[in-house]
Amino acid sequence: MRAGHASSEVKKILKQLNVEPSLVKRVVVALYEAEVNIVAHAYNGIASVDIDASRVLIRLDDNGPGISDIELAMQPGFSTASSTVREMGFGAGMGLPNIKNNSDEFSISSEVGKGTHLEFVVYLSSK
Amino acid sequence: METSTFHHALKIQSEVCIGCAHCMRVCPTEALRVKGGKARLQSNRCIDCGECYRVCPTGAIMVEQDDFNSIFNFRYRVALVPSVLLAQYPEDVSVEMVIQALLRIGFTKVAIVEDSVDYLITRINNYIITNPNRKPIISSFCPAIVRLVQVRFPWLVGNIMLVKPPIDLTSSFIRKKLTKEGIPQQEVGIFYITPCAAKIAAVKSPEGEDVSEIDGVINMDLIYNRTLHDIRSGGTKQSVENGVANLSPKSITWALTGGEALSIEGKSLAIDGISNVIEFLERMETNEVYGVDFLELRACDESCAGGILTVGNSFLTAERLRKQARYIPESKTGLLSQVKISEYGDMLKGRVGLSRLEPRSIVKLDDSMVKAMSKMERANKYLCYLPGIDCGVCGAPSCQALAEDIVQGEGFLSQCVFLQKIMEQNKLDPKHSFRIMKKIWGENRFTKDCDKPKRKKM
Repeated sequence: MRAGHASSEVKKILKQLNVEPSLVKRVVVALYEAEVNIVAHAYNGIASVDIDASRVLIRLDDNGPGISDIELAMQPGFSTASSTVREMGFGAGMGLPNIKNNSDEFSISSEVGKGTHLEFVVYLSSK
Repeated sequence: METSTFHHALKIQSEVCIGCAHCMRVCPTEALRVKGGKARLQSNRCIDCGECYRVCPTGAIMVEQDDFNSIFNFRYRVALVPSVLLAQYPEDVSVEMVIQALLRIGFTKVAIVEDSVDYLITRINNYIITNPNRKPIISSFCPAIVRLVQVRFPWLVGNIMLVKPPIDLTSSFIRKKLTKEGIPQQEVGIFYITPCAAKIAAVKSPEGEDVSEIDGVINMDLIYNRTLHDIRSGGTKQSVENGVANLSPKSITWALTGGEALSIEGKSLAIDGISNVIEFLERMETNEVYGVDFLELRACDESCAGGILTVGNSFLTAERLRKQARYIPESKTGLLSQVKISEYGDMLKGRVGLSRLEPRSIVKLDDSMVKAMSKMERANKYLCYLPGIDCGVCGAPSCQALAEDIVQGEGFLSQCVFLQKIMEQNKLDPKHSFRIMKKIWGENRFTKDCDKPKRKKM
């Protein structure tokens, strides 16, 4: 599926559930960034979305090249993208920081040559 | 289901409706169902876009207008005419002839809706600059779009520009001007000649304003027929002020696709056709739209030139207006820009803004998230059994719509013809399933009929 498909599906569901727009926006933005990452680096991966009344939990797994220095990748503005990709409006180095900023819980693990596992949570009711 | 007091201009005439479900298939808000052999309109979902009107093969969908003779309840009768009316006529009918004919059939004054456009452009640009956090800003021009956003994209309601469309500004201005000329308020009747149903609904129950200054709405096709008949039967000529001569090129083309977008500073897009608009709004909702300042969104293909009550071909209408605009010097500006702002500026300043628009989602399954969640689970379960081919034989536009109707207590799984087949293998009496079908499609649908109306397109 193209990048943006999962976030658009999740958006539809959250809209039907009458979830507050600002929260949905955070989920959708974070998931969209993660989808773009997978399509750009790993070409394919699996997003699983679990929704209950208190939170949205999203897990993303891919078999891509992996990230050698996660700390560096988390720095705003750090990017491995070519200038052509940047001209297309991607590769600004804001992907991972954006996911973190839009989520309430965030974790990432990666192994070079194996793949990346990303997990984030957005709370739906104030805890 | 929510009940609503929203006025709709579109009405289904049950005695004419044959329950063919063509309308149900094209409705962008899934507002139609077939029951008892007739199409039924769910009022809280309908946005008066008129897609149903276009495909109805029997003319069962009508646009409710005011009685033409009600104009004679007023001593001063203003025809508020959108520029697209003037471009409907055959080539040999000039704008002056149309205006003369309007005066002869009973109006005492003709005003052009887009007269306030030049004034409005400044206000819109100003609004965009002062509301950077609401970008992209959605134009309030097309009332079907405003309602579409309210019901299907409730989160984007905050993006709709809180500036009134030209129709409201021009009618306020005319009323004020006539009052200033010493004509008593109650003797002035302003009648809008509408190219579409959505404008009628907007006048009768305005969104974001208390009352409309417009006293009545008359359909464009009716006015076209009356005026053309008058012109062809050679009514006596009387000299008139040419309303269009006062219009600027920007005003004349405002209601066409691109009319607004071209006048707005920054990155502006013009999108026409309701399915194009929906596709774009879906993207906007998932934050896939960057750096756009202004969106001109119109429900009809070719915008108002393609309104359901227009008579002429939409492309020809648009071409005529664009050509007219080319012959007018750029420096021309509308009446509102000509009159001293000191005289009317204060009055308009107070009237240019819309008050808050409210979302009224038809997408949510329940107000409570917990309830919505259990409804969604149930609907998803039903969807496992439904065939997913969206045939509409159940009387709902899609399997998803039927599943949602069931969880809202408005439908049954046994309406599905596929499930009936399965149930007949067990205990469902075929006679009973036949009764279910008759309940949806009416008694007559199952008798031989060689004179069924043909589909409109193909």
